[in-house]
Amino acid sequence: MFRVLGAGALTVAGLALAGCDGVQSSLAPQGPSARSIANLSWVMFAGASAVLALVMVLALYAVFRTPARHRGIPDTLMVAVGGFAWPVLTLSALLVYGVYQMGDLRAGPEPALEIQVTGHQWWWEVRYPGAGGQPEVVTANQIHIPAGVPVSIALRSADVIHSFWVPNLSGKMDLIPGRTNRLRLQADAPGRFRGQCAEFCGAQHARMALLVVAEPPDRFAAWLDAQRRPATAPAGQSAQRGYAAFAQHCSACHSVRGLVERRGPDVGPDLTHLGSRAFIAAGTLENTPDNLRRFIAANDRIKPGNRMPVFDGLDPATLAALGDFLGGLH
Amino acid sequence: MARDRAASGERDQLHANLERVWANDPGLGQLRAVNHSSIGLRFIVTGFVFFLIGGLLAMLIRSQLALPLNDLLDHQDYAQAFTMHGTTMMFFFAVPIMEGFAVYLIPKLIGARDLVFPRLSAFGYWCYLFGGILLYSSFFVGAVPDGGWFMYVPLNSSAFTPGAGPDFWLLGVTFAEISAVAAAVELIVAILKTRTAGMAIQRMPIYAWYILVTAFMILFGFPPLILASILLEIERAFGLPFFDAALGGDPLLWQHLFWIFGHPEVYIIFVPAAGLVSAILPTFAQRPLAAYSWVVLAVIATGFISFGLWVHHMFTVGIPLLSLAFFSAASMAVAVPTGIQVFAWIATLWNGRPLLRVPLLYILGFLFVFVLGGLTGVMVALVPFDWQVHDTHFVVAHLHYVLFGGMVFPLFAAFYYWLPLFSGRAPSERLSRLAFWMIFLGFNITFLPMHATGLIGMTRRAYTYLPGLGWETLNLVSTLGGFLLAAGVGMFLVDFLLHYGFGRRAERNHWNAGTLEWAIAAPVPPYNFVAQPRVATREPLWSDPALAQRNARGEGYLGLPDPKRRETLMTSTLHGEPEAVIVLPGNTWTPLVAALFTALFFVGFLAKLYWLAAIGATLAFASLFFWAWQGGSRDQDTAMQAAADCRLPLHRTLAHSPGWWGTLYALLADGTLFLSLVFAYFYLWTVSPHWPPAGYAAGGLLLPTLATAALIAAGLAVAWGLRRLRAGRSSGPGMALFAAAVLGVAFMVLEVSALLGTEVPAREHAYGALVHFLVGYQFVHVLFAVLMGLFVLVRMRRGFAGSARPSEAAVVGLFWRYTVLQWLLGYSVMHLFPRLL
Repeated sequence: MFRVLGAGALTVAGLALAGCDGVQSSLAPQGPSARSIANLSWVMFAGASAVLALVMVLALYAVFRTPARHRGIPDTLMVAVGGFAWPVLTLSALLVYGVYQMGDLRAGPEPALEIQVTGHQWWWEVRYPGAGGQPEVVTANQIHIPAGVPVSIALRSADVIHSFWVPNLSGKMDLIPGRTNRLRLQADAPGRFRGQCAEFCGAQHARMALLVVAEPPDRFAAWLDAQRRPATAPAGQSAQRGYAAFAQHCSACHSVRGLVERRGPDVGPDLTHLGSRAFIAAGTLENTPDNLRRFIAANDRIKPGNRMPVFDGLDPATLAALGDFLGGLH
Repeated sequence: MARDRAASGERDQLHANLERVWANDPGLGQLRAVNHSSIGLRFIVTGFVFFLIGGLLAMLIRSQLALPLNDLLDHQDYAQAFTMHGTTMMFFFAVPIMEGFAVYLIPKLIGARDLVFPRLSAFGYWCYLFGGILLYSSFFVGAVPDGGWFMYVPLNSSAFTPGAGPDFWLLGVTFAEISAVAAAVELIVAILKTRTAGMAIQRMPIYAWYILVTAFMILFGFPPLILASILLEIERAFGLPFFDAALGGDPLLWQHLFWIFGHPEVYIIFVPAAGLVSAILPTFAQRPLAAYSWVVLAVIATGFISFGLWVHHMFTVGIPLLSLAFFSAASMAVAVPTGIQVFAWIATLWNGRPLLRVPLLYILGFLFVFVLGGLTGVMVALVPFDWQVHDTHFVVAHLHYVLFGGMVFPLFAAFYYWLPLFSGRAPSERLSRLAFWMIFLGFNITFLPMHATGLIGMTRRAYTYLPGLGWETLNLVSTLGGFLLAAGVGMFLVDFLLHYGFGRRAERNHWNAGTLEWAIAAPVPPYNFVAQPRVATREPLWSDPALAQRNARGEGYLGLPDPKRRETLMTSTLHGEPEAVIVLPGNTWTPLVAALFTALFFVGFLAKLYWLAAIGATLAFASLFFWAWQGGSRDQDTAMQAAADCRLPLHRTLAHSPGWWGTLYALLADGTLFLSLVFAYFYLWTVSPHWPPAGYAAGGLLLPTLATAALIAAGLAVAWGLRRLRAGRSSGPGMALFAAAVLGVAFMVLEVSALLGTEVPAREHAYGALVHFLVGYQFVHVLFAVLMGLFVLVRMRRGFAGSARPSEAAVVGLFWRYTVLQWLLGYSVMHLFPRLL
């Protein structure tokens, strides 16, 4: 049994190493909220290991001791001290720590920048509200934030319950139909952090990832400006052919602001400036024209159960053109 | 010598006579069995089969996660596997097998011959078995539930899961839950009213305390889930919106109701398992359990606190900080009573003479695994930490440490410990240890790394994951550990089967234990005790080693030389002094038939053949009345000689018969369900901006008030009639029951007119849906009360009930009183409160 205890300690140590380069790890905090929780975690891991070791040493000693040299302790004393006084003291201290920390994590004024995130089966709709006559930015699965300042994420759901979780930056918060929840996100420094839906939400719950890109405030402002501009008509023959095919085949569900307006219900992500996003299909594939083409033709194999129709009837040239058009929407 | 032989011949004759009265019928007649040992073993064996099935599903899950982007299972297979794994382990393994142990052990531990409602135990078993078969039949029609074992809405609403998967879950699980509630009622009455002579409550074996607390937790914990399941099934089948945010409902209502059940559920599984530990450990320390009263208080405290921490499953749904702090504190507080028990176990070993046999080895394994799980439990009780690890593999690891550690290890200890009672043979000490080490190491290799997997970002219920996130090695290790664990369980099975063939014969009281079950011959006879012993201490076999021999000779209570019927003692709740003799029913088809009709109801509902469901429900109710008719007797005898110096009345001459007590506890569960409904009503009121919603006519107060008056009058009539009955008047009781029936019908007519007079459609808003459900729920009660009254009326005419046999009328009186009280609350909630605000 002691050997097992040792194995436990080894795993915990190994875990710290594994966490260091984690892009989706609560133990590699990159923001004040995640750091404060990670500190609490390490305190608790240490404390819990000590308690477990003590309990097991007592129990194993009680069983394996040599009877001759053994000294009894009154039952009630042992229970009152070990089973009552000790947990009451340590747990009270821990509780006070935890409750204060919880208050701290939610304290302070609401941040100036609010980003609206709506969960869909199985992707994230992201909106930056319009301001001062500037149009609203609608994008998907990739959230840009200014580094070093808190932003507020307003969380809603379009269908079932999802949960927004970017472990390097903060704990998670659910997206619940009929409600708006808020979460504060802050990154210490520029970087890319992966997140994922944490509440089981159906077929492709596993492929509902998102990327948070923290940038220096000026670069963030530039990014937001660029996103506010409508898409421009593509140059090049293939891309132009893709533009026409997009208008014909894709605009029932998708918009490209400035070029193609969605005709049907709000079911597919807005694809304006799709070329500026790192991944497609909520973190499923890297965003390359090739992958775009593959996803359009065979998304049922890449992300089975997703809501997008399969366009395997399109000829290879049209598919390639669509890839060029979408990849060119920077 | 000759006298000895004569005595031994007499003894054999006594056993043979008892055997004749108590034995199960042979062949197919086994299906008529109601004896607690048979039923308990059936629960245990069936539960273990479900454990193996759930384990196979777990192996599928672990195989899929062994490698990133693995394609062994597709997303739907995986979702079905984890949904059915969780559902099976929670509802069809953990709870029923713990019930099975309680059903098997409690009478033996408290010196009784059988449980107090044998037919109810049998009925509960069939409901459990049929519920499980119903759930698993979803595999044959391709509609396996795949929405997770806590069935969150709206994912499992018809909008997002139109198939029958959730219906299989809701109906199958609810069907099986009947058995949990039935067993709870039965165990409470058994423990409080049928302990053997002299077993005062402070001398009760510690395991009985644990089971008592568990049973009360079931009574208060299961009804919210049963209600939630009924509401969701009605929403899915008939479109009454309870959880739809667009129509005044709230998906979080489901979460509240589910976890008000779900957290106590964890303790409903853990508490009886801890009871096994507290029962087994003292034997291997060869001394009584340390700090008995501390442990009793700790268990009771666990029961209470467990109802105050359900929100810790909902820390991330966006709840105000103040309530988070409250539930965080409650979640940590529950660790204190657990700490008390852990140190009581350590103190028992510390100040005893420990003997390391296989059961104790499993208990040590339990201690390590469970304490670790408890410590991670304290961690997740801390809100900020939970914000990170909630819904990740950290929580998967935590819950397996608590449940596998807290329940499966004690279960295996119990298998080995009570093996001599089951089989009459002693367990092996070699193969059993090998199996232990495989299970212990396999378990820890599976789940210890899983904490890390969660902390570095892997969410639960994801059927696949990308390479490069640092999760590959940990997942592969977990999978390998899982296979070792599975092999360990296989080794346990091999050991178990070999033991039946080749195990050494065990003598009576194999481990030199102190409690009464070891006074019984092994393997146990169906009547347990030749005569019910009188006890004076908590460990009667330690303080009185000759007890077993005296008992085998038939010394004690109800050791009749020529028994004609099944009997057990009824004793006073606190002091355990004999009060009456309970005459128990023998083998009968009724429980199986009633369960089959109940199954017909569930199958009809599932197939959307509502006429078939209605027929099933009617036949099931009819069989319950037939069941009630079976009991009782027209014999004139009212008392019997229970021992040389002790003459006791028969239970049917008492106003507060076991049936009355059982009804009382069943009504606690019923009332909890109704209170959950009231909770739902006020909860949606607080969520909804307008309640009742704008545009709904309020309706007059006149008709509902008249209806209420009619119901009160009915209740008063029944009370008056019962008083006349107790006073020995023959005129009056019958008239009163008949008047109550008429007034009950009048209530229903008036309330229906009241509802029709107002415009409260059921399908357009959660308000209307709830009002209709409340009224419907009350109607079922009134209808049942009326029928029960008429039933007793007929019984009085036929001479089965009367002033000398008041027990059945008293049950009806109790049910009527409850029905009226329930409506007074319903009336206030529906008709008065909306006017006040």
